[in-house]
Amino acid sequence: MTDKIIELDDDGFEENVLKSEKPIMVDFWAPWCGPCKAIAPTIEALEKTYGDQMTFAKINVDENPLSPSKYGVQAIPTLIFFKNGEIADQITGMVAKEKLEQTIKDTL
Amino acid sequence: MPAFDHDLVIIGAGPAGLTAGLYAARARLNVLLIEKAVPGGQIIVTDWIENYPGFPEGISGFDLAEKMKNQAEALGLKMETAEVQSLKLTPDVKEVVLQEKTIQAKSLIIASGASPKKLGIGEDRYMGKGISFCATCDAPFFKEKTVVAVGGGDTAVQEAIYLTKFVKKVYLIHRRDELRATKILQERAFANDKIEILWDTVATGVDGFFGIEGVHVKNVKTGEEKTLKADGCFLWVGTTPNTQFLNDLLDTDAYGFIRADARMQTSVPGVFAAGDVRDTPLRQVSTAVGDGAIAAVSAEHYLENEFT
Repeated sequence: MTDKIIELDDDGFEENVLKSEKPIMVDFWAPWCGPCKAIAPTIEALEKTYGDQMTFAKINVDENPLSPSKYGVQAIPTLIFFKNGEIADQITGMVAKEKLEQTIKDTL
Repeated sequence: MPAFDHDLVIIGAGPAGLTAGLYAARARLNVLLIEKAVPGGQIIVTDWIENYPGFPEGISGFDLAEKMKNQAEALGLKMETAEVQSLKLTPDVKEVVLQEKTIQAKSLIIASGASPKKLGIGEDRYMGKGISFCATCDAPFFKEKTVVAVGGGDTAVQEAIYLTKFVKKVYLIHRRDELRATKILQERAFANDKIEILWDTVATGVDGFFGIEGVHVKNVKTGEEKTLKADGCFLWVGTTPNTQFLNDLLDTDAYGFIRADARMQTSVPGVFAAGDVRDTPLRQVSTAVGDGAIAAVSAEHYLENEFT
């Protein structure tokens, strides 16, 4: 059994992301963003495979403006991979499943 | 005879590939559609489509892509997510090389589409940090800010108009002294107070530390150079074909778009091209859909003639 994709907010960002024991991928998204919706099934599928090694999380940038601004996110979807509280990798825009999977493996 | 996996493999799940898949599935071909990312292609990043018939109020690109995908799947189309690495084409078999396996097909439709062209003004450094190809993705990050939009075609003008819903001002810069975009879009742009058009002007670079602070532009007639103070730079200067896997196996035009005849037949029998990847005079959803239908029927004829 693995965890599902967790929903973050600005208040809990530090606690849940920077202090996360497992590596964590944060998906910066918004409801108006077509590509964000399009990439979501790929992320869900990868969560099923890698969910026990990495935490998968998402944050709605409309409701939580502080975190995207802190990390310079000016385009979505942006996926930021954190390991031990530091940014390990970052992907902006639509990517192939293989590229995303490779980035997950590299982060782990 | 090789042991074929499929009668037909379609590469790319944009409007051309999904339509080809729909026709092939209805023809009861053993067909597989391969998509590297997600179904929809470029329309996924199109906020609003109002020139595709049947949707009088217009439709979002994402919703149209979903509908096309659902329709093709309901008719029996099988899809797989993988990135094509290369092709091997012989008269007997068309091989599609993926990362983990090679698929052997009797025929092939290439509908891999096109991607926004880069200008070489720092896209790699500033992508996601001020440079964007997608207003519907990124416009809300530039609320009440000033942005530059580059281009003069339908995409550039439509997306510049979309940007004005969010930003304070759009400089639309175009290298010629008139727009190429369709007249209804031009009328809207000229009537929009937030859009200032700079004619005969090209973008030569951007600067900024965290994000973009300025866009360098040059007037191609007077040679005058200046920097526009702006927080974002959106590029819509045409497209380049997605043919990295092709390795010169097919005839293309000077820009790399695949040459095909009125039946979508390429220079190799049994290999067809459809949609934006083809050397076509118009790249629209409506033309891609037509290409896809013709390519599927041509593939069906090819299979009847060569394999029965």
